[in-house]
Amino acid sequence: MLQDILVTGLVNGGVYALLAIGFSLIFGVARIVNIAHTAFYMLAAYCFYTLLTKTGLGFVLSGLISVGAVTLFSVVCYRLVIEPVREHEAAVLIATIALALVFQELMLYSFGGHFLGIPSTLEGSMRFLGVSIPYQRLLILVVAGAMLAIVWFVLYRTRLGLAIRATANDLEVANLMGMNVHRVAMATVAISVSLAAVAGVVVAPVFVVDPFMWLSPLVTMLAIVVLGGLGSLKGSLIGALIIGYVEAITVFAVPAGAYLKGAVALLIMVIVLLARPEGLFGVAFEEER
Amino acid sequence: MYWIRRAWGELKNEVFVLPSRTLALIWVVGLLALPMAYGDAYVLRILTMTCIFAIFAASWDLLAGYTGQVNFGHALFFGVGAYTSGLMSLKLGLSPWLTIWAGAAVALLSGFLVGYLCLRLRGSYLSLATLAFPLIALGLLFAFPDFSGGELGISGLRRLMVTPTGNYYVAALSMLAIVFALWLLADSKFGLVLHAIRDDEVAARASGINTLRYKMMVFAIAAAAAGFAGALFAHYLRVAGPSTLEVALSFQVVIWGIFGGVATIYGPVAAVFILYPLTEWLSNFPAVGELRLLIFAVIVLLVLLFMPRGLAPWVRDKIETQCPRCKQRNGRWKSVCRLCGAPLQAQVPGAQRLVGH
Repeated sequence: MLQDILVTGLVNGGVYALLAIGFSLIFGVARIVNIAHTAFYMLAAYCFYTLLTKTGLGFVLSGLISVGAVTLFSVVCYRLVIEPVREHEAAVLIATIALALVFQELMLYSFGGHFLGIPSTLEGSMRFLGVSIPYQRLLILVVAGAMLAIVWFVLYRTRLGLAIRATANDLEVANLMGMNVHRVAMATVAISVSLAAVAGVVVAPVFVVDPFMWLSPLVTMLAIVVLGGLGSLKGSLIGALIIGYVEAITVFAVPAGAYLKGAVALLIMVIVLLARPEGLFGVAFEEER
Repeated sequence: MYWIRRAWGELKNEVFVLPSRTLALIWVVGLLALPMAYGDAYVLRILTMTCIFAIFAASWDLLAGYTGQVNFGHALFFGVGAYTSGLMSLKLGLSPWLTIWAGAAVALLSGFLVGYLCLRLRGSYLSLATLAFPLIALGLLFAFPDFSGGELGISGLRRLMVTPTGNYYVAALSMLAIVFALWLLADSKFGLVLHAIRDDEVAARASGINTLRYKMMVFAIAAAAAGFAGALFAHYLRVAGPSTLEVALSFQVVIWGIFGGVATIYGPVAAVFILYPLTEWLSNFPAVGELRLLIFAVIVLLVLLFMPRGLAPWVRDKIETQCPRCKQRNGRWKSVCRLCGAPLQAQVPGAQRLVGH
C-alpha cells in the first residue's frame, strides 16, 4: 500500500503540476484568473481522441497536433474574448467561466455526455520496488518532468522568459522598459495553455474523457495554486506534490476516501491559508491601490 | 381623498421623474398582479424559481459587489439553508414555516464561520479559497449517505402552500421584502462603510472603522439571505439535493451578479429575471434544448463585450444622466437638474462625455 501511495501520488502530482504551473503563470503575468484553463485540458483530450480514433494518425503525431491546435485556439480565444475586457477584472472572470461553459456544451453536443475511453498508448508495465507501474503512468511522469524542464528553460534561459518574469514582477515598469506587454501576455497564454493541453493528452488514456472532466481538476488546481501561493511557480510545483500525495493517502488509507479526497485536499488548503494567508511561497503583496 | 392626492403627488414627484424608478414600480406591480391576470402553472413555476434565485443573487451582490469579498462558494449558504430546513422538517416533523427560519439561522452561522476563516484573505485568494467550502461540505455529505441521502439528497419535503399561486406569492413577497431590505441596507451608512472596505480596506481601518467586524457582519447577513433562499428552494422543489452545493451554482450566481452589474443589488436581480426565464424558455424548443447552456454562455459573453460594467449600470446610463453639481440622477430628457437647476448638458461643445461620469 505504501508503494501504491508513493507512485499514485507522484503521477497525480505530476499532472496537477502541469495544470497548476500554467494557471499560476498566466495569473502572475496577466492577472487573469483563468477558469477556462482546465477546459482547454478537456478540449485537448477530445481532440486527441478524435484524431486517434477517426484519422488513424499515430499516437505521437495526434498528440502533437492536438497540443498545437488547442494552443492556437486559446490564443484566438484570448484575442477575441479576454483582451477586449481586460480592464474589468470581474468581466474577465465571468468571460473565462462562460468560455469554459461554451466548450463544455459544444463537446456535449458533438460527442454526447457518455464516457469515452481511449486505448492505452503504451501497453505493459514494469515492476519497481515491488509495485507494478503501467508504462502509461510512467509516460505521464516522464512527460510532466520533461515539460517542467522545458518551462524552466524557457523562463530562466531565454529572452522571452526574462520578459515574462519582468512583466509578472511589475507590469508598468516592464512596459516602460520597452517590452510589449500585450505580446508577452499572449505568449504566456500560449505557454500556459500548451501545458494544460499536454496534460490533457497524456492523461486521456488513463482517465475517461467526458464533457465534465474539467470541473474536478479545476477545483484541485485552484486549491494547489492557492496553497502554493498565487503566481509562484515553485509553490505550484510543491503544492501539486502535496495535494497529489494527500489525495493518494486519503484514497488508499481512509474508508470512503474516494468521496473525501477532494474535501481533505481543500481542507489542507484552508488550514495553510489560515496560517499563511499568502500561501506557502507567495509574496505578501503590498496593498495594491 | 387627501391620501389619494398625497400618494399621487409622491408618485409623480418621486417615482415618475426617473425612468429607473418607474421601471422598478412597473416591475413590482407586474410581479404582484401577474397571477390574477395569467395564472398558468408553468409560468408561475418559472417565476417562483426566478424569485428564489433573485434573493440568492442579491445576497451575493451585497457580499461581492459592495464589500469586494468576491465569494466563489456562495452555494454553500444556499445548500446549508436547503439541507438544514429539509432535514429538520423531515426528521423532526416540524412545519416548513418554522424550519425555513432555522435554515436561514444555520446559514448565518456558516456565514460567520466562513467570514472568520476568510478575514485575512483578500482579492483572488479569497475567491479561490471560498470555492473550497461548498465542496468540503459536499464531500462530507457523500461520505455520510445515511444522514444526508447521498447523491439523491433528501426528498419528500412538504410544500409551504398547496396551490401554485400560493407558493408563487410566498416566493415573490419574500423576494421583494429581502431585496428591498438589502437595498436599503446597502444604501445606508452601513453600505457606505462597505463601499469603503472594498475600495481601500487599509484606509477604512485608518478612519476608525472596525473592518473585521463589518466583514463578519456582511458575511453573516448575505449568508442568512442566501440560506433563506435555499430553504425556500428545497421546500418548493420538495427535495434538497447535492445540486444546491455544486460549483455550477456558485458560478451561476457569479454570472448573474456580474452580468447584471455589481454593487447595485437591483442589477443581479434584473439579471436573474432576464437570464433564468430565458434559459427555461429556450429549453422548450427541442432543437435548442440541448444547446441552451451554450446559448446562455454566448449571450453572457456578447453582453460583456459591449457593456463590461454589466447590464443595469449600462441601461441606467442610457436613460438617465447624473447632475455634475449635486450628483443626483435625472431623466435623459432634462436639460437642467430637477433639484439644483444646474445645466446637465455640457456648456463647451465636445466636452459632453466629461459630464456625468
